[in-house]
Amino acid sequence: MVSTLLVALRASVVTLVLTGVLYPLAVTGMAQGLFSKEANGSLVRDGQGREVGSALIGQGFTRPDYFQPRPSAAGQGFDATASSGSNLGPTSQKLRERAVAEAERLRRENPGAPGPVPAELVAASGSGLDPHVSPEAALWQVPRVARARGVDPARVSALVRSQVEGRTFGVLGEPRVNVLTLNLAMDRQFGGAASPPATPLGAAEPVSPSPRGGLPGR
Amino acid sequence: MTLIGWSQTLLFFALVLALTKPVGAYLFRVLETDARPLPRVLGPVERGLLRLCGVSREEEQTWGQYAASLLAFSLFSVLGVYALQRVQHLLPFNPQGLPAVGPELAFNTAASFTSNTNWQSYAGESTMSYATQMLGLTWQNFASAAAGLGVALALARGLTRRPGPEGRKTLGNFWGDLVRATLYVLLPLSIVAALFFVSQGVIQNLAPYHGVDTVEGAKQTLAFGPVASQEAIKMLGTNGGGFFNANSAHPFENPTPLTNLVQLLLIFLLPAGLTYTYGRMTGDTRQGWALFAAMSLLFFAGAGASYAAESQANPALAAAAVAQDGNLEGKETRFGVAASTLFATVTTDASCGAVNSMHDSFTALGGLVPLVNMHLGEVIFGGVGAGLYGILMMAVLAVFIAGLMVGRTPEFLGKKIEAREMKLAMLYVLIFPLVILGLSAVAAVIPQGTSSLNNAGPHGLSEILYAFTSGVANNGSAFAGLNANTPFWNLGLGVSMLAGRFLMMVPVLALAGSLVGKKVVAPGPGTFPTQGVLFTGLLVSVILIVGALTFFPALSLGPIVEHFLGAAGKVY
Repeated sequence: MVSTLLVALRASVVTLVLTGVLYPLAVTGMAQGLFSKEANGSLVRDGQGREVGSALIGQGFTRPDYFQPRPSAAGQGFDATASSGSNLGPTSQKLRERAVAEAERLRRENPGAPGPVPAELVAASGSGLDPHVSPEAALWQVPRVARARGVDPARVSALVRSQVEGRTFGVLGEPRVNVLTLNLAMDRQFGGAASPPATPLGAAEPVSPSPRGGLPGR
Repeated sequence: MTLIGWSQTLLFFALVLALTKPVGAYLFRVLETDARPLPRVLGPVERGLLRLCGVSREEEQTWGQYAASLLAFSLFSVLGVYALQRVQHLLPFNPQGLPAVGPELAFNTAASFTSNTNWQSYAGESTMSYATQMLGLTWQNFASAAAGLGVALALARGLTRRPGPEGRKTLGNFWGDLVRATLYVLLPLSIVAALFFVSQGVIQNLAPYHGVDTVEGAKQTLAFGPVASQEAIKMLGTNGGGFFNANSAHPFENPTPLTNLVQLLLIFLLPAGLTYTYGRMTGDTRQGWALFAAMSLLFFAGAGASYAAESQANPALAAAAVAQDGNLEGKETRFGVAASTLFATVTTDASCGAVNSMHDSFTALGGLVPLVNMHLGEVIFGGVGAGLYGILMMAVLAVFIAGLMVGRTPEFLGKKIEAREMKLAMLYVLIFPLVILGLSAVAAVIPQGTSSLNNAGPHGLSEILYAFTSGVANNGSAFAGLNANTPFWNLGLGVSMLAGRFLMMVPVLALAGSLVGKKVVAPGPGTFPTQGVLFTGLLVSVILIVGALTFFPALSLGPIVEHFLGAAGKVY
């Protein structure tokens, strides 16, 4: 019995060093050497070369001249140190109230939008950091964004379509648009919007941004 | 549901099917023969590791010795992970200066990772230092998977070994199985998978969290860490414990539909391969394919039901008058309904427990599928090792029932199944619902249990039932709204995970020990064949009857009643 315990103790130390120290450090070394950008968070810069976030991590957009992401339940909204879904179930009153309020806000801010609000724009993502919306949800916002920037909606739609990532191998996942990448492309093509609360460039009739925090945490 | 959605499931399954034989044959080669790869490089490493463990000569162990080794190793595993969390504030690799983890939570996490459950009462990015994630959690991701693999091998050896003239009583050597499973299987595959994940955007660094000013000028802090190395073994070892709170829904853990497919494949890779390994051990690979077929049938049933349920609208969103195309609450846009429900099915078929969408926000029937998958005993491919020994226990039961029907002593692979074997099999079958339903009943009536709920009404009961099911089944996924970081839940779930692992492994090993010495009876005309369609059908029936009947009453009060109330527009 004592000898079994002794072997067990030694085996614990051996496997810990092998799989808990050598393995992750070796992978870190190889990853930093081979895929340095990806290993360090796929950070992206705007037109001025300023680091504005990660291409993989969603961030909040509230201004009318930017495309908006899905609701986030991560912390106070897009808190990348507190990833989370809402975890509200299909008979949750809180979920119903949140969805109704979000849908009303979206309808108010998007008077020219075609058709009903796409459900994903009122449904919180699983991580709270979803960087994408569907092409439909992006196109739905085009009239608002085009008006706020004073540009032809057709040109904005064309830009959205150029940003669509399709299914991998035509089968895997869903078509999607990265909101951060799209908004950076908007600034590149139609002029960089200055920091808020500046009037969007060439906006004939600026739409006032409505305050919009994240979702209440659970 | 769409054709493309279904193609995704079929593509996934075709790849599993194609990989089962090569993986199973490789497992057989490295774990059951001496013809291992790279003998001049890895051979000395293997022997060196065993010598460092204090095993100079590998001796065959009886079931008792095998179980004692496993339990002693697991004891130090629990103590090690507990201690690391308690002193993480004193250790290096803690750039965020995270404080020591509290005692109840540290116990829960230690029990969780040692038992291959990976239930998480904490959010990784705000609780665990890089040192704890690597030394504690990554370590046990490997060790618990290797240990589970060992138990499956021991049971398969008990069933297939021929007793010698003096009656053979041994099942292999736990330390040899542990070291070889780690060295030849888990480590190399994990290194390849981890590097692939990094190439796709999964992070792997030891840097402090990184602050940025967003486009609109807000502050955002990006949580960093050695994620990919843990991600690979998290899936390959059917562990499922995320580096971050959102697990495989987090873009830094699972950034693209392609990484999602690879994660799914890694979950089923070893459990599916092991059915073939088992077939090779019996000398007739059809024995393994019969198990594979039973698992596949149950997999497709779950995948179809889950996909159909989540393609329905979420009743809570009905009043918002939005255009619903399936239930998207808690799902990531890049995965959508199809890849999310496939992941939910696979992760609960196998006792993985990683999630790429929030099961708590599934429709009532969509949430029922993961629950039922776990209630069936984690035998639909199941955990690494745990799936094979689980379904073999069910097979013993199936053979026994077939024997009753024709009125003769049942045999399994020529070994008579008698009273002692049936007692052990029944013990295995009964511990599972006893712990789940017993602890759920307690939690549902005491304030320490109900005060942690995130949802009211029948969904609250589902949260409780899901938590203990996940614990005892060693799955680790959750209806994650439940706030499990309280003393009651941390201790209750910690105990349930240890019970679901070790109280069930010991009868398995005892059964193996009881079978290994038995004479092999030549098959006669009355022998019930265990390699055909008839057996597969009977096995599926037994799994469904045992699992479904045991849990149907509880499920009818949770997700089933919630489905009808939701359809009637009721909210809580």
